[in-house]
Order: sequence, then structure tokens, then C-alpha cells
Amino acid sequence: MAYSDKVLDHYENPRNVGTMDKDDPNVGTGMVGAPACGDVMRLQIKVNDDGIIEDAKFKTYGCGSAIASSSLVTEMVKGKTIDEVEQIRNKDIADELALPPVKIHCSVLAEDAIAAAIADIKAKQSDKNPEKVA
Amino acid sequence: MQVDLSSNYFELFALQEKFEIDEVQLVRRFRELQRMTHPDKFASASDAEKRWSVQAAAHINSAEQTLSKPLSRAIYLLQRRDVDLAVETDTRMAPEFLMMQMELRESIESLETAADPYTAAQAARKEVDQHIEQTSEAFRISFQLEELSTAREKAREWQFLDKLLAEIRDTEERLDSDY
Repeated sequence: MAYSDKVLDHYENPRNVGTMDKDDPNVGTGMVGAPACGDVMRLQIKVNDDGIIEDAKFKTYGCGSAIASSSLVTEMVKGKTIDEVEQIRNKDIADELALPPVKIHCSVLAEDAIAAAIADIKAKQSDKNPEKVA
Repeated sequence: MQVDLSSNYFELFALQEKFEIDEVQLVRRFRELQRMTHPDKFASASDAEKRWSVQAAAHINSAEQTLSKPLSRAIYLLQRRDVDLAVETDTRMAPEFLMMQMELRESIESLETAADPYTAAQAARKEVDQHIEQTSEAFRISFQLEELSTAREKAREWQFLDKLLAEIRDTEERLDSDY
């Protein structure tokens, strides 16, 4: 199957590959997996005290589309607030990368990774400020 | 004996609908069914009968492929209970399981640069084989106990492990062709 130029670009030069300390209270870690292809994706976001995502890292084992989806996501989330990032849908990722229908699930994986990372950071923040929890 | 195209795969092979199957019976019945639907037998048959024989042969082949491999048999058993694995849309897995997947993937990735890649590949394969054995056993038990959500989870994990095994085999083949 032919990959789009954007997928190839992210696949050959993945952005923000790496790991952050998952125990850091400002780091949210999301891990998800797709049984269909056995892909595993880890997305980490570092949120500063103003609620802005100042850094993002990923590590993905999977096909080119899965790697490109997670690489793109790290670029999309940087500089945004959690609320803004929650609005990202898999369609935004799939459209940007021109993913073919059989690879849409890779963008689903990336959207779910964002959601999992946000859930993790929110859980950490509510632990830090229990009085803020409604 | 007739081949009923509406029968499910277990009925087709006269097998009990459960995870452990009589493999001898599967092979025996498969050959029998193949003989019954062989194109040679339909050389002078009507077009409708010929069409039927082609459909029947396809049904028999997919049934055999599904039931002969333990993982696809497990998935088929769940499908028959209306349990959907949602392999493309449900990405939530136990964090410990995903962590283990990451680690296994990392070690597989480094196989080719290992000092002794053959031994490293063998060790990785053995480890994944053990995980598969445990997972399939856990599937068998939970399915037998009608704990379908556990059975579903185990079948989903098994899919990851199956992919890992394929990955290791690919690496081994690359190693073989490099030398």
C-alpha cells in the first residue's frame, strides 16, 4: 500500500520520540493498543502550571500510519491547553495524514492515546488538589 | 451425507462447540467434505450444482482454517456468543499488559543488533510462546466457565502475542537470509 507523503515524512523523521518520567506530577501518560494489528502506543504530555502542554513525547510500535499518527499528535498538542487538546478527533489526524480507510484505526489509536494521557494528568492533578474535585 | 451450507463450523465438522477440539476428527471430516465437494465430482452436473459445489468448498475451507488454529477458533467461539472483540475500535487494554508489550517489542527490536541474534531470537520466541500458552489456557478456562468478558480480554491479548510471534519469525527469516 502506498503511504502519503505526510505519513512517510513522519515515519522517516518521527518528531518527539522518547520517554518522560511517568511519576512526574506534571506528566500525563497514555498507553493504548490495537489488537487488530498488535500496535502499542505510548503518549506522554507535560503540562505546566498554566495548564499548557509544553512538551509531548511518544513511543509507538506499529505500522507507518500508527507511527505517523502519534508523531503528528505530539506536534498538534504542544502549546495547547488540555481543553483544546480534548477537541482533537481521529478525523483531524486521518485527514491531515491522508490515511486510507484501512488505516483509520491508527488515528483512532492516537485519539485514544490523547484521552488516556489527559485522564492520567487529570487524576494526578486532582490528587494534588483534592479540594478542587467536585 | 449432505453438506449443509447454513450449518456453523462446528456442526459442519461434527464437533462439540468448545475450545478443545478433536483434531483427528477435524482432519478426517475435512477430507471427507473435500471429497464430497470436489469439482471432479461435478464435471457432468448442472450449472446450479457446480455453483453449489464451489460455494460449499469455500465454506469448508474457511471453516477448516478457522477451527484448526487455536486463536481463530477462540475468536469464532466468541463471535458465536455475539461477543465482539472490536479489534480496531476498542484500544483500552490493561496497563500492565501494554507495558509488557512495549518491553517485548523493545527486546524484539534490538534482536538484530544483539551479540548473538539467533540465541536472542530463540529466547524471545520462547518467552512469547509461554505467554501464549498462559493466555490460551486462561481463555479456555474462562470460556468454559462462561466468563465471557474475561474470555474476550484474553482473546484480545492473544492477538497481540500472535503478532509478536509473527514479528519474531520475520526477524529470524531476515537473519537467515543475511547469512
